[in-house]
Amino acid sequence: MSAGVSLPGFADPVRDAQATFRAVLDAMARPGRLHHVGQNLSAPAPLDRATAAVLLTLIDNETPLWVDPIAAAARDWLAFHCGAAMTDAPGDATFALALSMPNLDALPSGTHEVPESSVTLILQIPALDTGTRYRLSGPGLRVPTLLAVTGLPQDFARIWHENHALYPRGIDVVLCAGSTLTALPRSVTIEEA
Amino acid sequence: MPDNQPMAQPPPDQPHAARRHWISVLARADAVAIAELLGTSGGIPEYRRLRGPDAGLVMVRGRTGGGGAAFNLGEMTVTRCTVRTDAGFVGHAYVAGRDERQAEMAALADALLQDPTRQRRLLATLIEPLAATQQSGRDATAAKAAATRVQFFAMRNMRA
Repeated sequence: MSAGVSLPGFADPVRDAQATFRAVLDAMARPGRLHHVGQNLSAPAPLDRATAAVLLTLIDNETPLWVDPIAAAARDWLAFHCGAAMTDAPGDATFALALSMPNLDALPSGTHEVPESSVTLILQIPALDTGTRYRLSGPGLRVPTLLAVTGLPQDFARIWHENHALYPRGIDVVLCAGSTLTALPRSVTIEEA
Repeated sequence: MPDNQPMAQPPPDQPHAARRHWISVLARADAVAIAELLGTSGGIPEYRRLRGPDAGLVMVRGRTGGGGAAFNLGEMTVTRCTVRTDAGFVGHAYVAGRDERQAEMAALADALLQDPTRQRRLLATLIEPLAATQQSGRDATAAKAAATRVQFFAMRNMRA
């Protein structure tokens, strides 16, 4: 289990996890706002610091995690520090970790009775302040805001439109790059700007 | 992977018997004693904490008789620690109580004992003395208890 573990988790597990949780909470409430987390964390390859911090904060043995095969090198670290329950079937996951946009149709999007049972996708992308610009609007945003993202697929606005249309079902996304994160809850409307 | 290297010829049905023994000795040993013995047998190398030391609760389960169902006896405080030496060996420790230093020293000793170049020496200079001390403590308690033993002649006669 620990054979591949060579890096520690949070230096101060309680405080760091609380700070990261607060950042994720605020990012979900104000879509597109950037937060900095995990600056002092040594993240295992191929994860960025923000991705690792979010996983340390949100994942435990009660939240089945599906890991993108590209990120398999981090599985030992996740198993050790989070006690993560890994699943190979994306359909059973409550959290999904991906380094490129996965097929959202393969991930649980909840049911009308239990919409909160959908997956939360933790998506690591190359950069969060440059690249394609999107205009976000919806709950939590008094006026539309702009978000620049590198590494999303070209037809992301269309993919998101389908996800948004499922509301109250749908998938929530946490975008991570470097030590920056932001969130795209299912309630947000996204157009290319 | 240093974790996968074989121990000194363990029996095939119990591949971790040797490690199980030293972990159980370390879990009962005092932090100061482990640190002193490590210091005199090759010194304490550089290492890094991977997790902890942190204290938590573990549910101790009991069994009512041989065939009874398990029941929850109660929770006990356990401190755990995991360290990694610069040579790449990962050591774990779970010790009863809240002594963080003991957990850290026990984890470090576990990591060093997995190093084939140190194992033989450490078994002789660290584990054997600690095990002997613990055994003599148990013997003393057993001797005290034996002095108060009652012989149930009547029951023995009835069985015979």
